[in-house]
Amino acid sequence: MTALTTTDLTPPRAVDDGAAGGGPTPGRRRFRLRLPDRLRQGGLPYLLLLPALLFELLIHLVPMVVGVVMSFKELTQFYLRDWTQAPWTALSNYEVAVDFDAPIGAALLDSFAVTCLFTVVAVSLSWLLGTTAAILMQETFRGRGLLRALFLTPYALPIYAAVITWAFILQRDNGMLNHVIHDQLGLTSDPTFWLIGDNSFVSLVLVAVWRNWPFAFLILMAAMQNIPQEQYEAAQLDGAGVWQQIRRITLPSVRPVNQVLVLVLFLWTFNDFNVPYLLFGRAAPESANLISLHIYQSSFGTWNFGFGSAMSVLLLLFLLLVTAGYLLFTSRGRKGEHV
Amino acid sequence: MSETLAAKRPHRSPTAPPRSFVWTRRIVLTLLSLFAATPIYVMLSSSLKPLEDVTGKFRWIPSELTIRPYIDIWDTIPLAKYFWNSVIVAGAATVLSVTVAIFAAYAVSRYNFRGKRVFTISVLSTQMFPGILFLLPLFLIFANIGDATGIPLSGSRGGLILTYLTFSLPFSIWMLVGYFDSIPRGLDEAARVDGCGPLGALFRVVVPAAVPGIVAVSVYAFMTAWGEVLFASVMTNSETRTLAVGLQGYSTQTEVYWNQVMAASLVVSVPVVAGFLLLQRFLVTGLTAGSVK
Repeated sequence: MTALTTTDLTPPRAVDDGAAGGGPTPGRRRFRLRLPDRLRQGGLPYLLLLPALLFELLIHLVPMVVGVVMSFKELTQFYLRDWTQAPWTALSNYEVAVDFDAPIGAALLDSFAVTCLFTVVAVSLSWLLGTTAAILMQETFRGRGLLRALFLTPYALPIYAAVITWAFILQRDNGMLNHVIHDQLGLTSDPTFWLIGDNSFVSLVLVAVWRNWPFAFLILMAAMQNIPQEQYEAAQLDGAGVWQQIRRITLPSVRPVNQVLVLVLFLWTFNDFNVPYLLFGRAAPESANLISLHIYQSSFGTWNFGFGSAMSVLLLLFLLLVTAGYLLFTSRGRKGEHV
Repeated sequence: MSETLAAKRPHRSPTAPPRSFVWTRRIVLTLLSLFAATPIYVMLSSSLKPLEDVTGKFRWIPSELTIRPYIDIWDTIPLAKYFWNSVIVAGAATVLSVTVAIFAAYAVSRYNFRGKRVFTISVLSTQMFPGILFLLPLFLIFANIGDATGIPLSGSRGGLILTYLTFSLPFSIWMLVGYFDSIPRGLDEAARVDGCGPLGALFRVVVPAAVPGIVAVSVYAFMTAWGEVLFASVMTNSETRTLAVGLQGYSTQTEVYWNQVMAASLVVSVPVVAGFLLLQRFLVTGLTAGSVK
């Protein structure tokens, strides 16, 4: 492809225009060329965006609005055929949800607390493992490509195939994990229950971290490839060792990427439905009852979609609040650093 | 020759890293490899075991190797049907999503227009919303559309395709904008000069130059649709069930055929894992291109 610049060549269309218009001056010709382009530019970008906008409207925006409307209605199974006919209940769905003394509100609060704890632990561990691996694999060494493929495989697997395998591993009687820690190492006097009771929280974290750390690894690896080599060379001339280079160059350089990465990991983990749903089936133990699964189960268990929507809206508000606060906090920190 | 040179010159430092670093690297990476690989080994080895091996105590080494599970999986549940449903749904969602994303990304990359920032931010922000928020209303909306127009969206592949294509759309647009931005504008200006319209420039110049990015986005869109569970669990029926829901069928039998479960898991994983690993480099470049912006 030849590199052409607009100054080298008069556009053919302009020549045609010029011929039709009867030999205008070069200055006028440029003006006439720009006009139709401008008109086109006015509508064309919107036309190009239209399909994307339509789909987003249909699948995301409209349902969101409908969901908010539903949350103010007494939308029980009797009204599912025609949800618009369901009676308005004002805030009563919300009142039930936040009445933490009653069993329904208390269950929601429990699920919320479990989800918060799960998110903090799983995101920290995923980020830590991803960062460690990305730093250690920055330099080339024999087998690096193979190792990278291995590390990424848990993330590439379809989530259901991965979690079903973990369910097999975590069985009490015949699972691999108990075989190792009970039969082979003799660490426990009885085989542990991993999929019921309080230990299910550990199982949940284990599977979520196994699944998500490769994503952190992938993103950070990409970010670290962009750090200019000269920075390291300059640091070496100053006598900085490997550990100092990591602390002074690598970690600060990937800070902007970390800002987005941690947010994305937070949102995914907090909204995680797949891991608990596939690991425990429809009845998740209390200690692993993440909020998405909780809303799902109570909505499809009772067919009270109004209440389910109210809980979803509360969840969304919480996420918006945290995200806004997080972005405000992290960008202020970064701004201060640059000054 | 050039390979050996590259191998001898490490990426970060011309001097060899200290022993402490090398040993830390060896130990940590070995542990991480074990963590990543153990479940994969369990999946692979168990899929080649006879049923006695998986219903009794766990064994690291199969008592005998058999490919029987790989034959039986197709009869225990209608796996072929689920597989076909997944192929149709994920394939159609990918093609549609990538096409729509190409148009949108071209507009964002090449034009300045009112509402550009609002568009990019609002589209990206749909990624943060919990799926459960859309699920209940969408379930009802699809049912209502079905009642009103006779178009069966609920329980059909069409409804699922429509839903999945929007799941990958925001990220696809974002990645493609990064890709398109890295293609010199001079190229499409030259094409315009040669008499192409804006769409001609898009399809004759920009799209061919962005093939790696488009492939990476396609893999991402396919993986998203292939692995989705939440919407598949309520929006499919026994005819349109995808693998995400269908695979749980092995566990509802009176006896769980774990060797078959593992074999089926492996079979449904191969297409996406192979695609992902082959294209991870493109994906990394695409991610970086998008994030540089």
